[in-house]
Amino acid sequence: MAVFPKPSLKLRTDKKREIPEGLWQKCPDCGEVIHNLELVQNLKVCPKCDYHFTLSARERISSLVEESSFEEFDGDMSSVDILNFKGVASYSERLKSYQERTGMLDAVITGFGQIEQHRVAVAAMDFNFLAATMGSVVGEKITRLIERGTSDRRPVIIVAASGGARMYEGMFSLMQMAKTSGALARHSETKLAYISVLTHPTTAGVMASFASLGDLIIAEPKCMIGFAGPRVIRETTHQDLPPAFQTAEFLRDHGLIDKIVHRKALRSTLTTLLSYLSVNC
Amino acid sequence: MKVQPLEFEKPIADLEKQLEELKKHSKMQTIDLEREIRAIEDKIQETLCEIYSDLNAWQRVQIARHTSRPFALDYLTLAFSDFVELHGDRLFGDDQAMPGGFATLAGKRCVVIAHQKGRDTKENIRRNFGSANPEGYRKALRLMRLAEKFRLPVISLIDTPGAYPGVGAEERHIAESIAVNLREMTLLQTCIVAVVIGEGGSGGALGIGLADRVLMFENAYYSVISPEGCAAILWKHRSHAPEAAEALKLTATHLKELNLIDQVIPEPAGGAHRDHNKAAANLKEALVTALSELEDKPLQVLLEERYEKYRQMGQVLEAAESDSKVASER
Ligand SMILES: [Zn+2]
Repeated sequence: MAVFPKPSLKLRTDKKREIPEGLWQKCPDCGEVIHNLELVQNLKVCPKCDYHFTLSARERISSLVEESSFEEFDGDMSSVDILNFKGVASYSERLKSYQERTGMLDAVITGFGQIEQHRVAVAAMDFNFLAATMGSVVGEKITRLIERGTSDRRPVIIVAASGGARMYEGMFSLMQMAKTSGALARHSETKLAYISVLTHPTTAGVMASFASLGDLIIAEPKCMIGFAGPRVIRETTHQDLPPAFQTAEFLRDHGLIDKIVHRKALRSTLTTLLSYLSVNC
Repeated sequence: MKVQPLEFEKPIADLEKQLEELKKHSKMQTIDLEREIRAIEDKIQETLCEIYSDLNAWQRVQIARHTSRPFALDYLTLAFSDFVELHGDRLFGDDQAMPGGFATLAGKRCVVIAHQKGRDTKENIRRNFGSANPEGYRKALRLMRLAEKFRLPVISLIDTPGAYPGVGAEERHIAESIAVNLREMTLLQTCIVAVVIGEGGSGGALGIGLADRVLMFENAYYSVISPEGCAAILWKHRSHAPEAAEALKLTATHLKELNLIDQVIPEPAGGAHRDHNKAAANLKEALVTALSELEDKPLQVLLEERYEKYRQMGQVLEAAESDSKVASER
């Protein structure tokens, strides 16, 4: 499955490195140098130009859910090198290095929590962990969350970000698309709400499964959303890509996204939206 | 039909050339070379069996992509009867990369949806090289709904390098069209049998591939990413595609071992491209068996089994289990 090239991510880490001590960060969009503390207080949004930095899954959960209410599920679940993938780097080594780097076992955190008065089932993906690619762990944790949401009659909120499929897990990875979509089919059948929140970037297999299936689909400003990567599209079609192609704004104008929501308004927007979608809760 | 030999088939091609010359010679000189001719013919069969009994993953990918391989519409002619094509998604257009309609299989009325490739440039442009746009997936869903309403089984013939990576495809939300099919096929109230007849290219294949039974031809492949794409990312160069093909475990045999597909359909000696009729007969037999197993199941059982089939795919490790033991999910 197509995976977006990483230049934008690389650019970001390069910029980070220019500034010593990790106390300051330079906004990749406007160049403003921001103190880390200020950035964190501002939910990692550039105070000058509103550029949305990548949030870790933990940061995302605590930005949305009452801290004390959050009950994490399957926090001990980790990936297995099912195919014994022999490539330039082994899958096990890659997993280990990302686990050390991020403190996460894999690319998603799931659990029950409270957003204002709403009891929700919530998931957040972490782009820093292997580009939040979906393998068995991401698929299984999301599926279990949806199933628990169905039996406990809770709306589901998934904050997505993903480079696509976890190639190292081959077809097991592809089948997570079917598994997660199947769980959502059953959740939806019982008239429960699902809100999909797309963040930078949400692509390929994740976009072609649960991320596209929200009763409502909302997105953070300017995030990249698509199926195929822009490079692949350019190479296949020999066509120039339209301006702002595959951005949240482009996709809102083309009818996919219900609403673009600034990160600082996300929690209150979800609260409002859920109040219209919680007849049965 | 003249079959273009693949690189690893060269020994066969050489023998075939010898045979042709011998035959020509025999005719011109009116010498009886029958014994020699028969010897070469035997040798060809033998070499064919030898090569085809020990194919690696990359060789199978090449066979799966062979332009002489039977395509969906060939099977619709050879294994089915009375194909009635139905056009359009009622939303935007008619995707020629994904024909579909009614067809009869051994007396049984079905809805068939399929990827279709072209054999020459003109046909490939019309069929978009078997890469469907959102309209294809939405037409397929429309036809599946029709099948559901009239309790006809759905047969899906998969043969695509992938869903189309184009500007229009993105503008009309190809990812959403696939996702919706996955959700709706989970609940579709009629049986679904999917067969990978050639290339099973990632989400584009799965978008019509969620089924009660998933069958695969012996030399077809089904993969999360093309071997070239995987090689470009993990090996930094497309030329490593053979290694990637091996690592991805994308062959029918591998996928059957991993329990990700239900059945491997055998191909005639030397591959489906050497004998369309035999390949079609094997497909027909496999489909008839699969349908007979499914059609008597009560709907609730069918849907529960379909859900569980995908539910258990994947392997994870949970700390609660002993470290040495890799548990399958749940
Ligand atoms: Zn800025």
